[in-house]
Amino acid sequence: MRTVIPIQVVQVDAIIDRWQANPEFAVEMLQDVQGRFRHLPKDALARIAERCGTDLGRLYHIATFFKAFSLEPKGEHPIQVCTGTACHVKGSARTLEAFGRELGIAPGQTTPDLKWSLDGVRCLGCCGLAPVVTIGPDLLGGVDSSKAGKLMRRYRKRFAAQASPEASGDGDGAEGDGDA
Amino acid sequence: MPKVTVANLDAIAAAARQRHQGWKAMLMVCAGTGCVSARSLPIRDALREEIGRRGLEREIKVVATGCNGFCAHGPICVVQPDGVFYERLKAEAVPELIESHFVRGRPLEEFLFRAGDGERPVPLEKDIEFFAKQQCIALRNRGKIDPEDIEDAIRAGAYQALKKVLAEGIEGDELVRRIVRSGLRGRGGGGFPTGIKWQSCLAAARQRGVRPYVVCNGDEGDPGAFMDRSLVEADPHAVIEGMLIGARALGASEGFVYIRLEYPLALQRLRKAIAQAREWGLLGADVMGTGMAFDLTIHQGAGAFVCGESTALMASMEGRAGEPRAKYVHTVEHGYRDRPTVLNNVETWANVPQIVRNGPEWFAAIGTGDVSQSPWNGSSGTKVFSLVGSVRNSGLVEVPMGITLREIVFDIGGGIPDGRTFKAVQTGGPSGGCLPDSKLDLPVDFDTLVDSGSMMGSGGMIVMDDRTCMVDVARYFVDFLCEESCGKCAPCREGLVNLREVLTRITRGEGREGDLELLEDLGAALTDGSLCGLGQTAANPVLSTLRYFRDEYEAHIRERRCPAGVCKALIRYSITEDCTGCTSCVKVCPTEAITGERKKLHVIDQTKCIQCGTCMDVCNDDAVVVR
Repeated sequence: MRTVIPIQVVQVDAIIDRWQANPEFAVEMLQDVQGRFRHLPKDALARIAERCGTDLGRLYHIATFFKAFSLEPKGEHPIQVCTGTACHVKGSARTLEAFGRELGIAPGQTTPDLKWSLDGVRCLGCCGLAPVVTIGPDLLGGVDSSKAGKLMRRYRKRFAAQASPEASGDGDGAEGDGDA
Repeated sequence: MPKVTVANLDAIAAAARQRHQGWKAMLMVCAGTGCVSARSLPIRDALREEIGRRGLEREIKVVATGCNGFCAHGPICVVQPDGVFYERLKAEAVPELIESHFVRGRPLEEFLFRAGDGERPVPLEKDIEFFAKQQCIALRNRGKIDPEDIEDAIRAGAYQALKKVLAEGIEGDELVRRIVRSGLRGRGGGGFPTGIKWQSCLAAARQRGVRPYVVCNGDEGDPGAFMDRSLVEADPHAVIEGMLIGARALGASEGFVYIRLEYPLALQRLRKAIAQAREWGLLGADVMGTGMAFDLTIHQGAGAFVCGESTALMASMEGRAGEPRAKYVHTVEHGYRDRPTVLNNVETWANVPQIVRNGPEWFAAIGTGDVSQSPWNGSSGTKVFSLVGSVRNSGLVEVPMGITLREIVFDIGGGIPDGRTFKAVQTGGPSGGCLPDSKLDLPVDFDTLVDSGSMMGSGGMIVMDDRTCMVDVARYFVDFLCEESCGKCAPCREGLVNLREVLTRITRGEGREGDLELLEDLGAALTDGSLCGLGQTAANPVLSTLRYFRDEYEAHIRERRCPAGVCKALIRYSITEDCTGCTSCVKVCPTEAITGERKKLHVIDQTKCIQCGTCMDVCNDDAVVVR
């Protein structure tokens, strides 16, 4: 039998408690699990099924139905290239390919060191700024394919600085890179 | 904080107005998602700091508002009450702005709107072409209130309509009749008359003796549409008030808002607004001290386009995968938890308080047709569109129904930028279609758009220029729908995959004679055979582009040519003599296909080129061309 890592049970239980173990909030629980673990660990799904009195199959149905969920771990810094219509007509397919070349992975994949993952995502609702990309917490507008290299250099440096102990922790928000 | 009652709402609003008028000026800084990403929050902080430094903090207030709508020009700040509009602000320019505007009494020209380079600045928001033709009902408070402060919303008129129905005892059939008479039709895309939906729900609830539910659809899955996000970010109380009035009409005591997880700011503002409404006695067991019980719960969507469909959305709210079911029985009779359920879109709910407050006849007088006999006879009121793509002024616009596409694209939108020419406007998202130049003078309403092969949809309006390939656009939407089809019924699941296969073949230059007829056959099968709206409308992007841009399909098949220069297998990039030899493209080319020395003409080696287009994106001299 699988052994459940105890720390996860505590974390998963906290999530289940947040939604009062109500199976109507199964989607929300999975969102929280995805947010915390960057994927849906088997054990977490089993725990939710057990505590909410719902069957595991139903949770897997949800987990594989909605785009927000992944059964494989995603990267520490997700990069999302918006593929909504406005972004598409402004060349987001080229932007997505450019980030793929920078990271050496295809859309939907995660780098082997689990640092980065790249996805083409549904409309982010910032169509006036197309093409739009999110890198970690930042939303950037006007990102055509020629800007991918520069942005990756900047964010590699920034995330490396944040990871080191003397990081200034300048939690500065999103940064517009040129106009849209 | 005070508990708001029917008796004291006006006094609370008046007191808030009086405090409001005490300010000499207000700096309304846009804090919608677009402007925040363009760093509007540091500007807000810099304004506060500068105002404090000059000791003006008792005269000038800085307010972070919801989305202004003119997102491409962010960060935006509007100075009220005079209405001076500043765009593309920079934090470092804030001291100069305050000095110029408030000390010297002259707007700082550098950050005023201009229709183009070298054009005269337009200081006032109301004079800017983008805003001039708009008429705001759903977005009436955008940029005018602090969306995180319920008192500010009350000052601007929130909950007056609710007070009216509670104080005057308007409820049930009478309240539903008013919505019917207004002609309001669903803003989520379908255009079903809201009042008739409410009537059916009320009848079902009475017949079965159960309490119905009211639900707000904020899933907004259409790519290229962001009006719901913007509305919730700018004025969440309009949605809450609309739902309270719906609950009053139908006798509901519980309501739900289903909203996409991709909209974190909208979720956060709505949570805060609901919490404040509870504290102020506008939600809960005793709404406005009248004994009415109503409360709201938020459900978060997890990324599935089909969840905009009523039965799929309700399945998701019940904690299941969001798959639709056949609607032999409608959700107004058996919906969420099998109870009668009214599901309306964010924008629809936001219109309800204004209809109640100003009267259904006022609303019916705006728009097209005569809805006095039936809401099906016209399209009344306004519609919010996200005007985006290849258009000079892109952003969110609210216009009266019946305005022409040309007025929206060319008058409000300012036409096509970069010297390109108009090719098509796409409306209705993946269920809609692409309309060409010859359809630009059509009035925009529910029925006209359907007749011409598109649809209103939730309000995405994507302008395309001559660089957009219509075959690629059709393939793009079919790709999207292939991903989003839940797979439950065969016509949608298999039909879309086959459409994709044929379209992909054409974009690769492998199209065959007979492919276009095959697309039309497949499209007809999808339309007739699918279970839910997703499949029934899925062929529209293909059929409408075939109808209006058939020559472009034929060029791909017969001449192996992509006239717009998009389909990779059919295009070549080359560098013209306009090249100044700046080496920018040499540096970014991922395959080192470009050679050239500084100040000399560069050349692309076609054997190495992978058609990524990065050289064209980076070129400042428009010297990279695609054929």
